[in-house]
Amino acid sequence: MVATLGSLAMRPELALLNWFFEPLQYSFMQRSLAVAIMVGIICSVVGSYLMVQRLALLGDAISHSVLPGLAIAFWLGVNIFVGAFVAGVVSTVLIAWIPRRSPIKEDAAMGIVFSAFFALGITLITTIQKDTKIDLNHFLFGNVLGVTPAEVRDTAIIAGLVLLTVILLYKELLFYSFDPLGAKASGLPTDWLNSGLMVLIALTVVASMKVVGVILVLSLLIAPGATAYLLVPRLHQVMMLGAGVGVVSSVSGLYLSYYLNLPSGPAIVLVVSILFGLAFLLSPRYGVLTTPVTSRGSSLWQRLLALGR
Amino acid sequence: MTTSRSITVNHLSVNYRDIQALRNINVTVQPGQLVGIFGPNGAGKSTLIKAMLGLMPVITGIVTYGEDYLAHQLERVAYVPQRSHIDWTFPATVWDVVMMGRVSKTGWFRRFSAVSRQLATASLERVDMLEFRDRPIGALSGGQQQRVFLARALAQEAELFFFDEPFVGVDQKTETVIFKIFRELADSGKIVMVVNHDLGESITYFDQLILLNKELVAAGPRDWVLTRENMSRAYGGHIGFFGHAA
Repeated sequence: MVATLGSLAMRPELALLNWFFEPLQYSFMQRSLAVAIMVGIICSVVGSYLMVQRLALLGDAISHSVLPGLAIAFWLGVNIFVGAFVAGVVSTVLIAWIPRRSPIKEDAAMGIVFSAFFALGITLITTIQKDTKIDLNHFLFGNVLGVTPAEVRDTAIIAGLVLLTVILLYKELLFYSFDPLGAKASGLPTDWLNSGLMVLIALTVVASMKVVGVILVLSLLIAPGATAYLLVPRLHQVMMLGAGVGVVSSVSGLYLSYYLNLPSGPAIVLVVSILFGLAFLLSPRYGVLTTPVTSRGSSLWQRLLALGR
Repeated sequence: MTTSRSITVNHLSVNYRDIQALRNINVTVQPGQLVGIFGPNGAGKSTLIKAMLGLMPVITGIVTYGEDYLAHQLERVAYVPQRSHIDWTFPATVWDVVMMGRVSKTGWFRRFSAVSRQLATASLERVDMLEFRDRPIGALSGGQQQRVFLARALAQEAELFFFDEPFVGVDQKTETVIFKIFRELADSGKIVMVVNHDLGESITYFDQLILLNKELVAAGPRDWVLTRENMSRAYGGHIGFFGHAA
């Protein structure tokens, strides 16, 4: 079998296939890929709501805030997904509560709450690190190559829940995220929709921890949707194309990590950032290089070509 | 009969961050009326309709429509916020926005019905925007955007219409279309309440005026409200308004 693969590798198209399939013979790579694909999809879908509501910073806040819940759950022997989720929800409630009961603005509240939670999380994890084999770095930067079958199952459950909720509440969430006052005035329970959205974000962050870690998860939440937003005009198209971008980034990041021995979370984030950069430069509607600089002028791209001649 | 119901605002007071925004407002609006809400900047015009619809907390006061609280009958309401409250770079097309008017009527977990799509199409046609249905909303002019919002309100099949500053930044054609539809709605027995600040000629389109300056200065038929004394009470005597000698 090994000999056959070796001789086939002579032909370039088969070498490519071989390059693709070789990592898949390892079950840890199968698990990592499965989790990375699911996370790539739900991050892009849920992150699209954050982007259109200008709540990117809230995604960052929630992702940093899950850390203490995770540590406490680990210490108590509870499912760490549950602990992280509870901490994410508690921090969101605090962030919403502070500006309501004081003159402090929401962004300041976010800054205070998420750094406090983050600090508490790091303190707790370093304390319990001495007695257990828990590794702080795995939570901060992800450890997708170490996912267990149980974590694949948990991620699948979360991804299913998140996608089902978005599909079932799509028209309500579209109305709410575009025009919250109009949606409320038409009788929609906008407070509940907002809470539901926060729960979706917390669930998504929790599911993504293993892949990219809490520090870099913001990239997977925002960049795929932002890339798609430069290319297609409707929210559901942004979500679907964004999911494609997310999956391509997760998978190619993992392969880069496998072959070049790079840390997998940062590799994924670098790929998605490059894809965003390409859309930013080359999008037919908004691209820096493809759209006219002035109303009557030619595009930067055309000018560069002209320079070359 | 549903058309005989009126809106009653009773002792409505609203604070905005500890500052009194509205003080003891009492108004009744009969069906079939096109009502303009006027007053200087910061008079509480937008606040009045938001408070009436329960979109912001009130200190005291009751707002009823017929026998029940207005805020409990929001399925009868179409509300169009100020254009500046909307992010026009949002990834949605004209069609997406008009269909938002059918969300409440459609109900949870259901797809839009063929009837809803017909209503949306007819509403877009009525504001002369049907050919733009697949355009991104960000690619429209201010007037076109406002007509799309009017189409969304029409698609809601409401009895009560609330518009916040619908004429800001719109072209003449849009203003004509909007006033024509306001008139048609009022003539068919609906209540149309419009926050406006333009004291120009367009004021003559309204049947009733509510003149505010944190408290109610006057409310009632247009000619009855538009007195020199009322205007100087609302605007502080420096207004260059010379009425419209009928």
